[in-house]
Amino acid sequence: MTDLSLDPNAGRPFWRRLLGFNLLTGLLLGVGGFYLGWYGGHWLVNGLDVPSLDYVGDTDQNDVSLFLAYILGVAGFLIGLGFGVYPLARLRGYPPSLREKETTGVGRYFGLSTDHKVIGLQYFIGIGFFFLVGGIDAMLIRVELLRPEPNVWPAGNYLTLVTEHGTMMMGMMTSGILGPFANYLLPLMIGARRMAFPRIEALTFWLLMAAGTILISAIGFGGVPTGWTGYEPLNLQANYGMDAYIMFFALVGISMTLLGLNMLATVITMRAPGMTWRRLPIFVWGVVTTAALMLLAAPVLISALMMAAFDRTVQTGFFVAPLGGSSYLFENLFWFFGHPEVYILALPGFGVVLELLPVFARKPLWGYRLAVAGMVGVALLSWTVWQHHLFVSGIDSDLRPFYMFSTELISVPTGFIFLCAMGTLWRGRIRYTVPMLFCLGWIFNFLFGGLSGIFLSDVPSDVTTHGSFFVMAHFHYTIMGGLIFTFFAAIYYWLPKMTGLMLDERLGKIHFWTMFIAFNSTFAPLFALGFMGMPRRVVTYPSDLQGLNDWVSASAFVLGISMLVFLGNLIYSMLFARVPAPANPWGSKSLEFQLPSPVPVHDFDRIPVIEGDPYGYGEDGAVVARPSLRPAGGEA
Amino acid sequence: MRRLGPLGRILVVWLVTSAIAMTLVAVFLAPHLPPGSGSKEAAGQQLDNEVLTLVSVFVVAGVFTYLGYALIAFRERGDSDGPPIRGNGRAQTIWVVGTTVIVLFLAAFGTYQLLGGAGGGQGAEPVFVPAHSGQSPLQVQVIAQQWQFTYRYPTEGDFESAHLVLPVDRQIELHVTSLDVIHSFWVPALGLKADANPGADNIAYVTPEKLGNVQIHCAELCGLFHGYMFGSGSIVTPSAFASWVASERRFVAPVTHYLPAYSTTYLPDPSFRAG
Amino acid sequence: MRSTGVKILVTVAGFAVAGVLVGFYIVGWLMSGPSVYRPPVIAGTTKTVDLTLQTVAAVGPTLSPNPDWVSYLVRDEQGRWRRTTIWALPAHALVRVTVYQFDGDSGLRNPFMARVRGTLGNRMRVNGRTLEVIDPDDASHTFAVPQLGLIVPLKGVADDAKNQCGYAPCSLSNAHNTITFSFRTPGPGRYRWQCFVPCAAGFLDGFGGPMQTLGYMDGFLDVS
Repeated sequence: MTDLSLDPNAGRPFWRRLLGFNLLTGLLLGVGGFYLGWYGGHWLVNGLDVPSLDYVGDTDQNDVSLFLAYILGVAGFLIGLGFGVYPLARLRGYPPSLREKETTGVGRYFGLSTDHKVIGLQYFIGIGFFFLVGGIDAMLIRVELLRPEPNVWPAGNYLTLVTEHGTMMMGMMTSGILGPFANYLLPLMIGARRMAFPRIEALTFWLLMAAGTILISAIGFGGVPTGWTGYEPLNLQANYGMDAYIMFFALVGISMTLLGLNMLATVITMRAPGMTWRRLPIFVWGVVTTAALMLLAAPVLISALMMAAFDRTVQTGFFVAPLGGSSYLFENLFWFFGHPEVYILALPGFGVVLELLPVFARKPLWGYRLAVAGMVGVALLSWTVWQHHLFVSGIDSDLRPFYMFSTELISVPTGFIFLCAMGTLWRGRIRYTVPMLFCLGWIFNFLFGGLSGIFLSDVPSDVTTHGSFFVMAHFHYTIMGGLIFTFFAAIYYWLPKMTGLMLDERLGKIHFWTMFIAFNSTFAPLFALGFMGMPRRVVTYPSDLQGLNDWVSASAFVLGISMLVFLGNLIYSMLFARVPAPANPWGSKSLEFQLPSPVPVHDFDRIPVIEGDPYGYGEDGAVVARPSLRPAGGEA
Repeated sequence: MRRLGPLGRILVVWLVTSAIAMTLVAVFLAPHLPPGSGSKEAAGQQLDNEVLTLVSVFVVAGVFTYLGYALIAFRERGDSDGPPIRGNGRAQTIWVVGTTVIVLFLAAFGTYQLLGGAGGGQGAEPVFVPAHSGQSPLQVQVIAQQWQFTYRYPTEGDFESAHLVLPVDRQIELHVTSLDVIHSFWVPALGLKADANPGADNIAYVTPEKLGNVQIHCAELCGLFHGYMFGSGSIVTPSAFASWVASERRFVAPVTHYLPAYSTTYLPDPSFRAG
Repeated sequence: MRSTGVKILVTVAGFAVAGVLVGFYIVGWLMSGPSVYRPPVIAGTTKTVDLTLQTVAAVGPTLSPNPDWVSYLVRDEQGRWRRTTIWALPAHALVRVTVYQFDGDSGLRNPFMARVRGTLGNRMRVNGRTLEVIDPDDASHTFAVPQLGLIVPLKGVADDAKNQCGYAPCSLSNAHNTITFSFRTPGPGRYRWQCFVPCAAGFLDGFGGPMQTLGYMDGFLDVS
């Protein structure tokens, strides 16, 4: 058995604990690296004296030095955290070690941990923080749009706000469900004790934290004027805050790629005996399809942005028309990533909803194979639709009917998810707990989000709606109404398992209802605003649209308050009420709920042998697993 | 009604409510959907929007009817589990076939509308050229720059103007290009949206059918004053157009000879580069 | 587990402090922007305002954190040159503008902008001569208010002129062109003005940096 009292800091004086590889060292080395890169970049540019770097004297902005600063800062941060220790040790011939996770104490949440459960909770807090930052950006945007004339934030700062909001949300919430929940639960759901690559898992988290900090720092470097899509050539004109955006997505892209890699490797290789592909929880299927998309799509983004970085620093011509490049190239590369990206956002939500509905309807998942086919179909088809973002851009007009067809077609597998959700409810015994309410909210919201997508996929209709607030309403309904509602469903459902403490049910219901009503009140009028001709990302609008905009802003403030209700619930439940959670508060038949709450460090006492899928509701004698007869211990 | 099972009753309620809702929408909402009938293209696009709205109403009515029934009828009773129904082959087949049929219909309908020219900017080699009667199309070049649209009339004396004035009932062939970053030329009332890319020519066709002023917006974020890149254009009678051309030509005459030769793209000088 | 509770509270407090700091940083930056300058109004049957501006090639370290950026400056009642591009003007007033133009020419991206529009008589006076248009390649900057249909190209200083200005503020002894024009303000509203010449050296298409930052080559007319 593992020794649970292994705390490397036991018995050491406080100051001694600060030395060594930890977050403080990481921050110090990160800041040191930043300054090293900054001054090194200045020295390099002044010393090199090449024509392609001449612009620095005129623009007073040294992109090379900012990029170097960020890169060395991130490198210093990661080294300080201790990510270099194990690879170097292995290079020197040390044997593999997987016992580092077996430490206790709150300190393990503040550094490199190889325990997937610790990483899951780190993700929860880290992503939650940046989600709040992005949400505050949204509130500030709506403050500006209260009046038709720009009056609160100067026009350039408003554009930076818009970009910060979109970029932060897209970068962070891509891992919104996979980060906290898949990391924590995936091994438990498939009967493993760890992820395939524990240190890479930790790396994905800390890369995201570095990325978020870099994006916020863009404010100090002149802001980012392009919106989250970063279109060329505006990207090239921008102040050097744009470099922070490029670094953000580079780091997020690397994090996504590694996260996808890790998830896939774990599910493919580390399933417990008896866990066939047909017995996998549907949430795991959601994770698998998402991970495949992450692994393949994120590198495209990274390469597109690397080209942009070269264009910005050393004046290459990838996206500059007079030098032989093309702005269309960036649009295509970005959306070739961007469309699978939005399915990366949607698929985990599908997985969460279909995972939770059986539990709260007390029925097996209806149409398991159809649901899997839907997820796989969405993942495959998501590669074939990206040109619908470019319908009126001047692409070859022969392409448009095909992409209209492929985009319409992707609603068919998405519809399978709806069918399975509705089928699961049929003749069930529905319990209206808070996680269930959020799942039902998903059904409502994603219905409207998906249907508005049909409008956008139709080329003649897209002529009206492209680049207008209709698009904003569509993607907020699918991403916020879809992903974020399921994010909260997952929180209320799994946080008792992860922390061992129940969240307050009454506050949860208040949170749900305020959020649901405020959300619809905020985003439904945006469909109308788009139809009435209001373009996106504008700081001023015709004065006859002020009434609707004011209604939307007021609703958005209420939506923000609902988030505070959640925060209050979290703090109250975790710090003050501290109601202990039973092992199986929801009566789920899934494997992770057969373990105690919170899950012990070693996960399973014995790796179980799987005998059925986790949806055996109503079936006499159905059991997911029984303890294995194999001796315990070892890294199975 | 009593002899139908619950699913049958749901089906009947769905069909009835969707019939009522679709009729109400078709009568009261559909005529007000964008983009209106300011041009032939806009009318085609409005028809698309109407069809899509009706299909959406149909789908929403179905899902809501089902959920309304299920969420009330199937609430928990005591502590028991529900029946272990894991699927229903027939229901799945009907759904798959039904949704595929709807999708194929919408795709076909959209393509049919596209062939009628309802499709905004089509790039440098447009395929869906709407038929025109009478005069040849009027060529107008829309030059997008940060942060204003200007318009060049190559066949009317090759002058450039800050005003968009178009004759009614004549097909206009618009060539949209940009001098710097990506913009998008959007005239909602005419059903016209075409992105302006540097070094690219984006052709769109429009036949205005109503006199009056139209709003023009930029629909692609192009920098600091993107939100201010709006204006208005006028659709006037052909004689008013001719007299406007004459007076505008006189007004801009001092600068017309400075303009570069008309071209579908004007590449900027690459010496202004970097950072 | 009191120590755990204390640690959790400390963590939460730490996050709260971090959040507040981030908040201050964001809001402090957000509210930063050019201040508003209100030139004095000369009363009369029509209200009149005199606006004296200068356009410079390099704004210098005393006026800006970006010393090499081009900029507009406005002269206040005390005769000092201030770098602010938001000007409060009365509605339905006559605005008489004098621009001392110290920068060299960059040439207009769209030569159409060289035609004077929207001023009284659609003309301007350049060094005493009345002109309707200048050679687009000679333009150094423009003063344009597209919402009012106003555009005035500002002639650039010749490349070989003597005594060119270095860092702003420039004095009239430096090589310059004097451009004067008048226009009428409309009803109340906020009208943006901008330069149309790609004069932001070093940026793509000359339209980055000072051309896209309020307080240099872009601003607002607050008409009330």
